[in-house]
Amino acid sequence: MTTHSSAVPSAGQPAGPAPGELRLIIRDQPLSLAEHIDQYGPLPAGQLDCATLIAEVERSGLTGRGGGAFPAGLKIRAVAEATTRTRGIRAVGASAARGSVTKGSVTKGSVTKGSVTKGSVIVANGSESEPASSKDGVLLSHAPHLVLDGIAVCARAVGAAQAYLCVGHDAAPVAQFLTGAVAERNRDGLDTVPVEVIRAPAGYLAGQENALISALNGNAPLPTFVPPRPAERGAHRRPTLVLNIETLAHIALIARFGSHWFRTAGTPGAPGSALVTVTGAVDRPGVREIPLGTALGEVLQRSGLSQPAQAVLTGGYFGTWLPLPAALAVPVSHEGMRTAGATLGPGVLAVLPEAACGLAETARIARFLAAESAGQCGPCRNGLPALADALNLIAFGRAGPDIVGWVQQLAGLVTGRGACHLPDGTAGLARSALTVFAADVQAHLATGPCAWAGGPPALPVPVRGTS
Amino acid sequence: MKAERDGGTGHQDPWPEPRLLLNPIACDARGLCIELLPELISADPWGYPIISPGAVPLHLQPLARRAVAACPTLALMLTSPPG
Repeated sequence: MTTHSSAVPSAGQPAGPAPGELRLIIRDQPLSLAEHIDQYGPLPAGQLDCATLIAEVERSGLTGRGGGAFPAGLKIRAVAEATTRTRGIRAVGASAARGSVTKGSVTKGSVTKGSVTKGSVIVANGSESEPASSKDGVLLSHAPHLVLDGIAVCARAVGAAQAYLCVGHDAAPVAQFLTGAVAERNRDGLDTVPVEVIRAPAGYLAGQENALISALNGNAPLPTFVPPRPAERGAHRRPTLVLNIETLAHIALIARFGSHWFRTAGTPGAPGSALVTVTGAVDRPGVREIPLGTALGEVLQRSGLSQPAQAVLTGGYFGTWLPLPAALAVPVSHEGMRTAGATLGPGVLAVLPEAACGLAETARIARFLAAESAGQCGPCRNGLPALADALNLIAFGRAGPDIVGWVQQLAGLVTGRGACHLPDGTAGLARSALTVFAADVQAHLATGPCAWAGGPPALPVPVRGTS
Repeated sequence: MKAERDGGTGHQDPWPEPRLLLNPIACDARGLCIELLPELISADPWGYPIISPGAVPLHLQPLARRAVAACPTLALMLTSPPG
């Protein structure tokens, strides 16, 4: 075991952002490489061997910021171990063996990449296919070098031979900007691994980690059956570390300032800060960085809660409803949300105004999710449209009293029965709508759709094909 | 895992008990598994198998192996003990 002092900033290195200060997006303009190094100091390259980095990330308690909240240190450790096991490579520090990489090509429809025969692969996931989220795009366009530092640090730790930085399908300008940032780093010899910037295929599921790996392998961008896990066999059939780009940015800071510093924000159970996307009925929608565990009410107040609101959709379109004002004290963290029966997902908080119908919103979102089903798994292909139909009937039609039981039954039937979590997310959304909008359900069943149900959507749902 | 394996009896089984595992992408709802192993597998409203969670009890293991062998799309698997 190493001590905390191993990652404590050395002399001449700027100190980490103080408690209360923003860590990831410190101003409203992109930070150039020179400004980035001025702000955070260079990466402490020499002292960051594999074991130190992994131990430090594990001690930090950092969890994945893409929605799954899996412990980041465990993920890195699994890939480092698989890399060592599969090729007998000592994935330690700069001595990690570098694999040979042939030049890849991007073809229409699928992303066919060159082959990697040794070492591992890093996929920095900034595809952000969740329509209500914008934090990954904002982070990439403001602090590209934090994300690229995170890739460099992880590449050393897992003995990576290739890294892909994946941006959203419609983020061509961001991709171009990042390609420039990578080139600038290469001139300075900062990266030890080739980083290729790619755009994710279109579609809600394209950002799912197995779908992304499938696309990198030249196959359809669809979820695959697990096992094998990406850590064992992913892109190019090599051990693959897939991390959300915000997670990588936090790792870049932990590598500099240590796990102890990381924990000066947040709570013991939910350490660090996180980016959240606040959208819907707030005065100043947008991305903000918050210490994890901040009360939901405080986060929403900072975005301006001048209109009366009835509920908040947490975790995105794949998420759950919480009632307002009842849930204002709920801590914005994965454990806080879980305790309240909700999910934080990738940090989306979408506020539903009083002048809206939560059932209509839920029905539209469920329809969108059902349309985004890859159709690969029977329970999802059949169950999600049935669930959307039932929710539609409650919101816009005349349903009998049995409909609530049918929604519950369908939610139970699809949960845990897909290769990915799309059915589970849709079921969770439906269940939480029945709970949070229980009075509205009774009113709709008794007297038909409310006045708001026919109005314009408060939370817009992308039209399929344009997402 | 261990606690599940010994069923809470404290007895340490040298082999982990096998479990049924379904690849939902490969499954095509042919229904043979449902016919062969109704004790552990039932049909959903669309004919797709719903598998009881947990380990396959010893007395059902031969039937489970038959159901796995009968699956025409190789979607059903039994996580097998080592050896």
